[in-house]
Amino acid sequence: MTDCQPSLCLSNVTLGYDQHPAVHHLDMDVPKGQLLAIVGPNGSGKSTLLKGVMGTVKPLEGKIIIQTPRSAIAYLPQQADIDRSFPISLMDMVAMGLWHRHGAYRGFGRGCYQAVQQAIARVGLRGFEKRPIGTLSGGQLQRALFARLILQDADLVLLDEPFAAIDSRTANDLMGLILEWNKAGKTILAVTHDLHQVRQYFPKTLLLARELVAIGDTSDVLSAVNLLRAQTLTEAFDDDAHVCQRGDEHRHIHHHDEVA
Amino acid sequence: MFDLLFSPFVEFAFMRRALVGCLALALGATPIGIFLMLRRMSLMGDAMSHAVLPGAAFAYLISGLSLAAMTVGGIIAGLTVALLSGVVARTTVLREDTSLAAFYLISLALGVLLVSLGGNSIDLLHVLFGSVLALDNATLYLVASMTTITIFALSLIYRPLVMECVDAGYLRSVSQLSPVAHYGFLVLVVINLVAGFHALGTLMAVGIMILPAAAARFWARNIGTMIFTAVIIAVLAGYSGLLLSYYAGVPSGPAIILMLGAIYIFSILFARDGVITQRLRTTRHLEA
Repeated sequence: MTDCQPSLCLSNVTLGYDQHPAVHHLDMDVPKGQLLAIVGPNGSGKSTLLKGVMGTVKPLEGKIIIQTPRSAIAYLPQQADIDRSFPISLMDMVAMGLWHRHGAYRGFGRGCYQAVQQAIARVGLRGFEKRPIGTLSGGQLQRALFARLILQDADLVLLDEPFAAIDSRTANDLMGLILEWNKAGKTILAVTHDLHQVRQYFPKTLLLARELVAIGDTSDVLSAVNLLRAQTLTEAFDDDAHVCQRGDEHRHIHHHDEVA
Repeated sequence: MFDLLFSPFVEFAFMRRALVGCLALALGATPIGIFLMLRRMSLMGDAMSHAVLPGAAFAYLISGLSLAAMTVGGIIAGLTVALLSGVVARTTVLREDTSLAAFYLISLALGVLLVSLGGNSIDLLHVLFGSVLALDNATLYLVASMTTITIFALSLIYRPLVMECVDAGYLRSVSQLSPVAHYGFLVLVVINLVAGFHALGTLMAVGIMILPAAAARFWARNIGTMIFTAVIIAVLAGYSGLLLSYYAGVPSGPAIILMLGAIYIFSILFARDGVITQRLRTTRHLEA
């Protein structure tokens, strides 16, 4: 597809729940160093796609090939399942980002604390280091999670609606961070609903509506025609769907929902 | 004054043994209790005291009233219940509390059935549960070993366990250690509880695990200081409870737990995050 070595290859991938596809027969390559926005209506399989890449949802069909070692993939879920009542400071929470270097036992030297403090300062939370995570606002917690991502220093970064419920100034700050990562050569996949932001910052876009609608340059993908096509997706699973017969050479095990 | 505080322990070996037992329990069981509380599993101790019955009953049917056999049987039954409920909680829609309740009820029913098969009217539950003032060497060694194992194992899994509690999804995304932390912790809970039941009684084993943790929650806002505070509270209550039991001539187990209860209620009211302290503080607010 491109001259670059792909960071991520999906071939004929179907992901889903209870045999119902949430992502249906998706083919795509993501070259190294790409900044790709993933857009689509609710229930179009965006989050499922990221979970498929992380391996928490196994493909019903097809193959996902990741050139990046697992330890170099970072994932920010849509709603991080964080126990905010747990008595731990912002500093300790951000420091979890150093896991790949320190694991369960290696001690934290002064350099590590400096790295953690720099990451905290970078997301504008200087002065909050000792605060328990339960006292942070939603936006502050999201900034903290970005600070943790800084320390993870992953080659492939998966972000699931990183700016949902965040004010525009914070969103701009964090977008700046994402652009910095991309400049440093990281591959970034970000699910988002903010088309304005996508047009402004993301060179490439994947438009998903359970089926792939379009992928490529953002200005081409986000055409009125494509967006309308994506809107017509049926959200509900069809309980009486037939077994999918697409492609004779494959044996299909998932149910096929009619796309209106 | 000095005499009043120390002479019972200087004079009587059984008081010294009881004190050592309490210290050991405080060091081992209290940190476990903190994590149980933070994982919202505080009632697991009570569930476990029922879950061990089939193991103990089976051991009793085979080898009679042997403490060692019944302890081993109890630990096997407890581990089975804890691990099965852990597997169900991690892999199905059920939450930890429901799956634990389901398995401990099954286990209890099985235990009652086994006891009735034995055709003996001895109340096994009663036989199972010991007393602090009757600690012999073997029991003391048992408690001390459990504490040593617990502290060592807990320090091995501490970092992943904290991450598992705070953000399990993140731990799973960066490491394979999530199940090690989860099941390792469950194993520690069970061996501490079962050893505690048999050596000191269910009241002591569960009480010294949960009450200091609940009290420390009001004093500390950081997991490290919380564990430290809980251990101090447990040590203080163990010591003063034994003194109370000595001078008032009351059973030591309930005396220690009542001391813990007093500290707990004091903490609810007057600790840094206590009800009354908070009231006083919120009348004035800060500028920023």
